[in-house]
Amino acid sequence: MKMSAVLPAARERRAGQWRARLRGNGLTIAASAFLVCLVLVAIFAPLLTSADPILINAVNRLKAPSAQFWFGADTMGRDLFARVVYGARTSLVVGVVAAGASLLLGLLIGLVCGYFPIVDSVLMRVMDGIMSIPSIVFAVALVAITGANLVTVLLAIVLPEFPRVVRLVRGLILSLRNEAYVEAAVSLATPAWRILLSHMLPNTLAPLIVQGSFILASAILTEAVMSFLGVGLPPEVPSWGNIIADGRSYFQLRPGLVFFPGIPLALTVLAINLIGDALRDALDPKLARRG
Amino acid sequence: MFGYIVRRSVMTIPVMGVVALIVFALLHFAPGDPAAIMAGDSASPAQLAEIRARLGLDQPLHIQFFYWLGQLGQGHFGTSLHSHKPVAEMISSRIGPTLSLAVTTMTFSLLVAIPMGVYAAWARGRLSDRLVMMMAVLGFSTPVFVTGYALIYLFSLNAGWFPVQGFTPLATDPVRFLQTATLPTLTLSAVYVALIARITRSSVLEILGEDFIRTARAKGVPEARVVLRHALRNAAVPIVTVAGSGAAFLISGVVVTESVFNIPGLGRLMVESVLARDYPLIQSLMLLLSLIYILINLGIDVLYMVFDPRIRA
Repeated sequence: MKMSAVLPAARERRAGQWRARLRGNGLTIAASAFLVCLVLVAIFAPLLTSADPILINAVNRLKAPSAQFWFGADTMGRDLFARVVYGARTSLVVGVVAAGASLLLGLLIGLVCGYFPIVDSVLMRVMDGIMSIPSIVFAVALVAITGANLVTVLLAIVLPEFPRVVRLVRGLILSLRNEAYVEAAVSLATPAWRILLSHMLPNTLAPLIVQGSFILASAILTEAVMSFLGVGLPPEVPSWGNIIADGRSYFQLRPGLVFFPGIPLALTVLAINLIGDALRDALDPKLARRG
Repeated sequence: MFGYIVRRSVMTIPVMGVVALIVFALLHFAPGDPAAIMAGDSASPAQLAEIRARLGLDQPLHIQFFYWLGQLGQGHFGTSLHSHKPVAEMISSRIGPTLSLAVTTMTFSLLVAIPMGVYAAWARGRLSDRLVMMMAVLGFSTPVFVTGYALIYLFSLNAGWFPVQGFTPLATDPVRFLQTATLPTLTLSAVYVALIARITRSSVLEILGEDFIRTARAKGVPEARVVLRHALRNAAVPIVTVAGSGAAFLISGVVVTESVFNIPGLGRLMVESVLARDYPLIQSLMLLLSLIYILINLGIDVLYMVFDPRIRA
């Protein structure tokens, strides 16, 4: 993709095509709408429910859904609806921060690796090593060392994830190095940082956006899985994984304890993946033609 | 061909070294003094120093690292801080359920996903294609534990076909094994089937657009043979690649599935060891699971040559 080489009019036309492709798919629209709603729920959580998501009240333990407790109450008598609503906040914040950090870190190291071969050979071996440890194993082991808290969970998502971004960016940079306009810049003695930032960086953005959406989905999943296993956020934090971890022993009695947080979690990941697919098709015409 | 296998195998050695270094560093910086944990609260400083010397903890870091590697090489994986049993023994007693689950999942996934993907590619754009692709995205997005509990809810609690939890080894009772392994296998397969069906569809689709496919059709080769023999065989390389990189999902999935279905395998051992902060056990499990992953990918690269002779050069 040589976007910087495209004339403004052609770029305008291409933008129009993207929009047309994105618009053409009803599923993508539904997924976007769902995500917008979810973000609103996360922001306005206190307006949606007056109940306190962490207030323990043994009297209400395992109450069935009712007018007062829309989704019932959990094993500690906390309002399940409030916990699910606040859980959206937790999932989105953890997901966005972790995905953002993975992208940023991966982009920085990827740019350096792609442009400076000496650093590359060393750093890429380290990245290969990290990528050879299955991510959930890495994440869970990190918790053993530092204990379960927000920072550990973020680290546990970012550390196994960012090498994949490094590999992507590095690959892009390596192929961009052979482009005529980069050669031209080099021959004009443009400083390396300038070539990286103004010539190469813009060309890595489209694949990064696509990758970012998939990282966001997997970050939200990883947080939920870690919390579910009891090695994620502290148990009182309302997170979808924590709610399921709390309710799973009473699943036979109250399946809602697992499904009320489980279904929004699955839908969120689904929506993000659908948007990621649509973005990839829109931003990468070569793949779109295939599918 | 043999040369290629050797070269490719040698390439995994530095990767394994880096993995070992990461695992070592990770656990070395863990808070808490292993010697103090082993000795208990009432130990005197002299006893502590003695244990430290015995474990080699008084040596410089790089010596400790190579000493640890040497121990691993001789099959000494250490002793669990928690149960005081040898780590190797604990792992081998838990590996059975995980392995059988991995085998049933792989078999089931490949048997289901490849025909699904081929069919979707052949029926491109039709409703059945859309349905298959929709199922694939759904399978890929649903968290393993949500799939697991949904299956338990439908088939164990409501229909009563399968036990809710537990696991019976194949050797103990084959019928009971099938009953206890079916739902975990389906749970674990959801992600994998989705992944493989998707890549099968897109790679078969790409091959179906090639000139030699048109030639084959033009000379009257039956459609089934065109799709299965000409297209699928040429689409094998990307499918095999994804099947290999998807093994990471499988390993993550095992950890969760074993917790949902209460199966005493390696995944649950991993979680238990983390909750108990049993560092020698964590180290060994991390290394073992990474090694499995590295070996799977090595196997995949070797398989490439079988499918694509061009790589042999």
